[in-house]
Amino acid sequence: MNEQETLLRVEDLWVRFPTRNGIVEAVRGISFAVGRERVGIVGESGSGKSMTGRSILRLVRSPGQMTAKEINFKGDNLLDYSERQMRDVRGHKISMVMQDPKFSLNPVMTVGKQISEAYRLHSGASRGAAKRKAIEMLEAVQIREPERVYNSYPHEVSGGMGQRIMIAMMLIPDPDLLIADEPTSALDVTVQMRVLAIMDKLVKDRGMGLIFISHDLQLVSSFCDRVIIMYGGKIVETCKASELHNAQHPYTRGLLAALPQIDEPKAKLEVLDRDPAWRDQESVVAYD
Amino acid sequence: MDQPMLEVADLNVYFGEGDDFFQAVNSVSFKVKKGGSYGLVGESGSGKSTVLRAISGLIADWDGRICVEGKVLAPKRGKAFYRKMQMVFQDPYASLHPRHTVDRILSEPLGLHGIGDVETRVLKALDDVGLGKAFRFRYPHQLSGGQRQRVAVARALMLEPQILLLDEPTSALDVSVQAEVLNLLSDLRAERNLTYLMVTHDLAVVAHMCEEIAVMSHGKVVEVLSVDQMRRSEPKEAYTRELLMASKGYDPEFFAGEAV
Repeated sequence: MNEQETLLRVEDLWVRFPTRNGIVEAVRGISFAVGRERVGIVGESGSGKSMTGRSILRLVRSPGQMTAKEINFKGDNLLDYSERQMRDVRGHKISMVMQDPKFSLNPVMTVGKQISEAYRLHSGASRGAAKRKAIEMLEAVQIREPERVYNSYPHEVSGGMGQRIMIAMMLIPDPDLLIADEPTSALDVTVQMRVLAIMDKLVKDRGMGLIFISHDLQLVSSFCDRVIIMYGGKIVETCKASELHNAQHPYTRGLLAALPQIDEPKAKLEVLDRDPAWRDQESVVAYD
Repeated sequence: MDQPMLEVADLNVYFGEGDDFFQAVNSVSFKVKKGGSYGLVGESGSGKSTVLRAISGLIADWDGRICVEGKVLAPKRGKAFYRKMQMVFQDPYASLHPRHTVDRILSEPLGLHGIGDVETRVLKALDDVGLGKAFRFRYPHQLSGGQRQRVAVARALMLEPQILLLDEPTSALDVSVQAEVLNLLSDLRAERNLTYLMVTHDLAVVAHMCEEIAVMSHGKVVEVLSVDQMRRSEPKEAYTRELLMASKGYDPEFFAGEAV
């Protein structure tokens, strides 16, 4: 990882949900750090990857409970912040892109209004300045005719464009860290790659940190610098993205083997044998 | 050449009228031989699922010719048709009735077709898809995604059809579960000499399952290639090449330079 600066350091994070049948532990004592780099968190459904992303912004809804020793963001412990202080962090210093633009954009407000509102809220700029900045941002995410898109409603744009609008909205306050939770899985593959290319460029140009949460091993290994693999609420392995094919943990190896490959035909795909012992192993510390 | 099991010729599918008129499928033709497995790939809106729905009789407004074992299908499908061809849908969370038990889900096709011997058949079907009889009286919400898709496959096989239409059968599942379901489908095809027509957006999955692949875009087939051509990455069309590249992961050089 980029040694110069650690943006975020999470220590011993737990997320618990009380249910009728006892407490469900969605995240079980994980520790990791993110610098100005692209970190991928991979896991299957129920591995706790999304809850990890939400916990950083303290967005776990009641009755869910989030505890940690520390969530250190640029020297401050976010756990000590008041709700009011957190509002300044959310969107401004750390922003989050969710999976489906259909559900994250306000359907009865024009796209442009939503983007400039995001900017005005954190910068206190005038309406005119915010509009100029919003259009500039729409251009940065490679939207043609940004003026037209500025005045359109979310249902008038395609899925790929919607997700680019979300990225524009999240990047306009110039955050230090972007959390992207499956930002492209609702999109077609070729559109997905273009949206990733835009995100990649913006994150690089601004020197931001990126946490990329996904179920797609192949995508994460080709897009990120470092990969964290989660299983059953714990980190089972962490490695450089380029080293993923040499992964050691049987779970990671099993996931890789279960993927059909275009250039390597197999008569039968390997089926993952889940060892109950994996759930009880110590979570790997992923500081670097 | 032997008579194809399934033949589609000049298929056009239309939606809407007047201003809303839209042609979703434009002159699509292909043949699937008995025991073969044919893949349709494309992105959303390419018309791939619409082709399946037209074949299975879920869409009324189409023209062209669809033949099963040489016999042209009538616009209205009869019971005999559904004993020959069944469909497995994309989302096992949506395609199983939430308030019916697995037993009821599996016996319904038998009831509709007046087939007796329900208990043995249901138990055998559960066994065939790798679920034991313990699953017989469960409700869908008590099953995992992979188990539900197994139930959906079992339901499609209750009438012992010869052709299965598979509409993105694993796209809602995790990769490790996807491997299980794909293996199950391959095994069943080998055991029963089934013919598959599979729709997916995942090139790696079609390459694993199918011998021949048609790439669709905007309602038309843009390219037909064999699985070997695909493995050697020898597409003729730029669109197919782009799909292939995208399925191999993020490649900054290939995608960064392009305007969207």
